[in-house]
Amino acid sequence: MNTNDKTIEKIAKAIIWSAALFVLVILTAIIAYILAKGLPILNWGFLTQIPRNMGRSGGISSTIVGTLMVTAVALVIAIPFGIGTAFYLAEYTKESWATRLMRFSAESLAGIPSIVYGLFGFIFFVISLNMKWSVLSGGLTLSFMILPTIIRTSEEAIRSVPTTYREVSFSLGATKWQTISKAVFPSALRGITNGVILSIGRCIAETAAVILTAGTALKMPTSIFSPTRTMAVHFYILAREGISMENAYGTAALLIILIFLINVVANAAVNRLMEKGR
Amino acid sequence: MAKISIKDLKFFYGSNEVIHGISLDIAANEILALIGPANSGITTLLRSINRLYELTPGARMEGEITLDGDDINASSVSITELRRKVGMVFDIPTPLPLSIFDNVAYGPRLSGNTNKQDLMVIVEKSLRLAAVWDDVKDRLSEAASSLSGGQQQRLCIARVLALEPEVILLDRPCSGLDPISTTKLEGSLEELKKDYTIVIAPHNTQQAVRVSDSVAFLLMGDLIEAGPTSEVFVTPKDTRTSDYITGRFG
Repeated sequence: MNTNDKTIEKIAKAIIWSAALFVLVILTAIIAYILAKGLPILNWGFLTQIPRNMGRSGGISSTIVGTLMVTAVALVIAIPFGIGTAFYLAEYTKESWATRLMRFSAESLAGIPSIVYGLFGFIFFVISLNMKWSVLSGGLTLSFMILPTIIRTSEEAIRSVPTTYREVSFSLGATKWQTISKAVFPSALRGITNGVILSIGRCIAETAAVILTAGTALKMPTSIFSPTRTMAVHFYILAREGISMENAYGTAALLIILIFLINVVANAAVNRLMEKGR
Repeated sequence: MAKISIKDLKFFYGSNEVIHGISLDIAANEILALIGPANSGITTLLRSINRLYELTPGARMEGEITLDGDDINASSVSITELRRKVGMVFDIPTPLPLSIFDNVAYGPRLSGNTNKQDLMVIVEKSLRLAAVWDDVKDRLSEAASSLSGGQQQRLCIARVLALEPEVILLDRPCSGLDPISTTKLEGSLEELKKDYTIVIAPHNTQQAVRVSDSVAFLLMGDLIEAGPTSEVFVTPKDTRTSDYITGRFG
């Protein structure tokens, strides 16, 4: 290596290090700021009481329950349909205009703003199907929103499973379904889970799509037909209307903790499942 | 009667004919070596015996292959049963991302055997036959990928043996292995032929001499010569065969 090469090495290293450092500082600063403002608000009462006085006092229990219910409905719909479609595209069909159309739609849908899903959900579920503002309307709308993500990440994960696994499985007398369920799916599981975790995060953090479909009710939801307010919407309303910045930060801190916990739990679960393999 | 009988086999990838009408009989309990340079159609021939070629889009065979006198392409034949009878070992070790035990138990489980004790018996027997039991007996629940290449390949043989097949196809099974692993694997083949019919694509002609009872020489999709290994290697009838085995090409 001559001196010139060495200088270039040093400059490249400096640029890459500073980029990483910059990102690290920004990200930790945001999280630290929110946690610093929000953590002092968090206590048992905040977690277990329903909001009173528009959220000025009381807790946020009903919004936690609402968030979890809406997200659960979205996942129950989107996971089977999304992963099923991904397996169809990757394993059960040849390339044709139909698969191209499906992929093109999924890619386009992945990019559109969530408010458009909200408007669609409002017109279709809330008004046309008369589901009113409810956990169900919100969950269904969110399931449509995350479907493209789940399809695309799952299809990619399935395609990246080595062909030899399929050949070996078939050569050992497996049927197509046995090959897919026993050899391909376990190997694609990590990639599929990543897509699902990403989608859970988007559901929990979503405001525009749920505010139009699940509503903003502060009562504790009792069924999937109850209207509800999710944590992200609660945060938005508290901050936007200047009701209580303290409680808004408390909600935001809990949102961050919740998403962090879901990541940790889901990854730990996948790791346990994968322990035997690799 | 021949265990496997191949009659006028032609093979196509799309419109490209890669095997031009091969006829060959394979006797039971013998080791047949298929030798020839690259692109001779050896892998394709192996894959047509267990119909694995069907996974390749555009692949198509003509002619007839019979196993114990039955046409393997007959509509009454269950392809999963055919593949259990005709096991295959690939040119690189191909453990599935599962534990050692689960790799060997993969085939038996597919046919509905889920009894843990039964499986343990089958797994141990297969691993012993493949001469890899002593290497893995204390680590059956570990990942198969933690084994060395040679151990992995013998694991793959054990996985095929667990199917209790009648025929074993080996497609250059030693290409990724060191000499010691190769010797061990060749030793297992000698044991196995007592109970199985073996078709092997050896990774060189010396290996064919060492392990096989009979040999078939393929060149560019044609069968040039077939016969007992001792005859073909000592007194080849075709000059192309003698050129190949003396290393003048290929």
